[in-house]
Amino acid sequence: MRIRNLIYDGSFDGFLSTVFLVFEQRITQVQIQSQLHASDSLFHDNEKVFTDEKKANRVWKGVEKYSNSSGSYHLYYAFLSELPGIENVLLQYLQQLFAYKSDISKDYSNTSVLQVVQTAKKVSREKHRMEAFVRFRLTKDHLYFASVSPDFNVLPLIKKHFTRRYSDQKWLIYDIKRKYGLYYDLKKTEMIQLEFPKSFDFSRTDKDYFTDQELDFQDLWQNYFKSTNIASRKNLKLHTQHVPKRYWKYLSEKQV
Amino acid sequence: MSFERIKEKLNILADAAKYDVSCSSSGSKRSNKNKGLGNATGMGICHSYTEDGRCVSLLKILLTNHCIFDCVYCVTRKSNDVQRAAFKVEEVVSLTMNFYRRNYIEGLFLSSGIFKSADYTMERLVAVAKKLRLEENFNGYIHLKSIPGASDELMREAGLYADRLSVNIEIPTKSGLKKLAPDKNFEDFVKPMDKVKNEIIQFKAEKKIIKSTPVYAPAGQSTQMIVGATGESDFQVMRTADHFYNNFNLKRVYYSGYVPISNDSRLPQLGSAVPMLRENRLYQTDWLMRFYGFHVNEIVNKVHPFLDLDIDPKLSWALRNMHEFPIDVNTAEKRLLARIPGVGMRSVHKIIYARKFRKLNMDHLKKIGIATNRAQYFISCASNQLQLPDLTPERLKSIILQKSKSKYTGLLSNQLSLF
Repeated sequence: MRIRNLIYDGSFDGFLSTVFLVFEQRITQVQIQSQLHASDSLFHDNEKVFTDEKKANRVWKGVEKYSNSSGSYHLYYAFLSELPGIENVLLQYLQQLFAYKSDISKDYSNTSVLQVVQTAKKVSREKHRMEAFVRFRLTKDHLYFASVSPDFNVLPLIKKHFTRRYSDQKWLIYDIKRKYGLYYDLKKTEMIQLEFPKSFDFSRTDKDYFTDQELDFQDLWQNYFKSTNIASRKNLKLHTQHVPKRYWKYLSEKQV
Repeated sequence: MSFERIKEKLNILADAAKYDVSCSSSGSKRSNKNKGLGNATGMGICHSYTEDGRCVSLLKILLTNHCIFDCVYCVTRKSNDVQRAAFKVEEVVSLTMNFYRRNYIEGLFLSSGIFKSADYTMERLVAVAKKLRLEENFNGYIHLKSIPGASDELMREAGLYADRLSVNIEIPTKSGLKKLAPDKNFEDFVKPMDKVKNEIIQFKAEKKIIKSTPVYAPAGQSTQMIVGATGESDFQVMRTADHFYNNFNLKRVYYSGYVPISNDSRLPQLGSAVPMLRENRLYQTDWLMRFYGFHVNEIVNKVHPFLDLDIDPKLSWALRNMHEFPIDVNTAEKRLLARIPGVGMRSVHKIIYARKFRKLNMDHLKKIGIATNRAQYFISCASNQLQLPDLTPERLKSIILQKSKSKYTGLLSNQLSLF
C-alpha cells in the first residue's frame, strides 16, 4: 500500500490537525513531515494538511483526558525538539494512548513512550540551559537584549521563567536560528519577529547599540569567573561536560 | 562607580571566597513580589562552570578578607601575607543587581573575614541583604554566612532576608579544630546554627496559624567540612555529618577536599594533591544517607573506617552483604531497589512505574538507564533468574572493575600510588 506523506505548517496545532486527519480517515500507512523540513520524494506525493485550530483542540483535549499532566507536556516538549521523524513517533504514541485510554507516559519499556520521554528530557535540558546561559546586554534604549540559537525550539518553554524573573526591566531574547524572539515590555511577553540592521553582529557588543557600561560589566564578570576558579582542581573534561563548546558563544566569560 | 577599583576588589574577594564550595541556589520559596527583580522558587540554576568543573550559580564573595583570626587552614588568616580589601555595602548591592539583571547569577553568596568582632561583621552582612530586599526589591537568592559567635538577635534578622544561612565547621573533629584554629571553639560554631534551627522550627509552627508570618531562611542551613587536612577517617567525617543532619536539620553538608594553601607543618604540604576522589566518595555516601535510606553505619563504621576509592560506596556495601541479593526488580519494594548497585533513585522510580505495564527484562532495564555492568550481578528479572555463581566478593569486584571504565582511572592510579 502507498504511504501517504502528510505535510503540515510546522506549528503544534498543524501537527495535531494532521493527527486528527489520520484518525478521521483511518490512515494506516502514513508519514508526517513539517513543511519547514520536508523534502520532495520520488516515491510518494506530498499532501498538504491545513491547520484547523478546532480539530487540533479536539485532539489535545483527548490527550489531556487520558494523560496526566507530565504525560501531555512530554508530548509538547518532544514536538519542540523538531527532530526529523519525531512526528511519527508522537503519532505512534498517540495511537497507543487512544487505544489504551489511560496514561501511558510511564510505560518505560514501550519503545515509542521511551523515545518520547527521552526526547522530552533532551528538550527540557536545553530549556534549562537557555535559562542558565542566556546573557543579557543592556542597549542604549534600556532594553536587556540576548541572542540565542538553541538546538531545539525552546523559546515557548522559557517564556514563563523569564517573565517572572525579570518583571522590572524590558528584555528581548532572540532566536537567531528560528528568526523570532520573546519580548517583554514591562506588561506582557510576546513572540515577535523583527529585522536587524545588516551590519548588526550578534556576537559583538557594539558601542553604537549598547551602553558604555556594558563592556565594563562583562569585564567584571570575566574577572570574577577567573578569580573564583581553583587552579589546583582543574578539570577541563568536567568543565566542557557541563558547558559544551557549542554554548560558549553566548558566554562572555568564555570569550578570549 | 570606578570599575577599575571594583575589579581589583572583586578579584581579591572572590579569590578568597572560592574555597567555600556551596553554590546551591535551589530550595527557596521566594517568588517575585510587586514587579520587583528576581525569583527564587524551585530549582537552582548554574549559570556557568569554572574550569575546575564547579557550578557558578551565585556571586560568591567576601565582604572583606581582613580577619582577626588565625586559622591555619584558611587563606584569609591574619598571619598570611595576602592583599586585603573590603567592599562597601552599596558596592556589593550594585554588583549583585547588575549581574542578576544580565542573567549571570541566581543571587549572592556573601561571607566575610571577621573584623573587629563577630557581631560587627554579621551586622554588615545583614545590612547588605536588607538593602537588597527592602530598597532594591530583590527576590533572587541570598546565602549569608553565619559568623561564629554572632548574637541571636542578628541571626534572627539575617534569616528574615536570607534564603540560606551557613556556618562552616571546617574541621570534622574537635581535636583537629583545637590544633588548627586555636582561637575558635566548637560552641561558637554551634550557637548560631542552633538559633537558626529553632527559628525555622518556630516559623513553621507559626505559619500554620498565621499565614502572613514572614519567611525565615526558606532554603535552610548548610555547613562545610574540609577533608584531608587533619588525618580524620571517613567514618569520623560521615558521623559528624550525620550528627549535624540529625540535630540541626541541615539541608546540606559540603565536603571540601583540602587545597594546600600554607606550608604550616600541621597541614599537608603545598603542592600535594587535592583529595578529589575521596571527596566524591564522601558525597556519594552523603547521598546514600539522605536519599537511599542507608544508615551511616552501614557504609562506614569502626571495622570499615575508610571508603573504597576504586569502587562506589553502594557497591562496597553490596559486596559486604551478598546475602541480601539477588533482588527481584519486578517485585521488590522501593527501599530494596534503592540498594542495588548501579541503580539510582531515578531508575528506581522508573522501574516501579514501568513494571506495572509488563515484567521487565534486562534489555528494558538497560534502556531505562540502569548501569547493568554493576547491577546484573545483583538482580533477577524476567530474562534472568540469576543463579549467582559462587563468586567471592573479591572475585566479583575484580570482574566488575575489569569490565568497567572509571572516569577516575587516571586519578585513581595516582592516588593509590601514594600509599
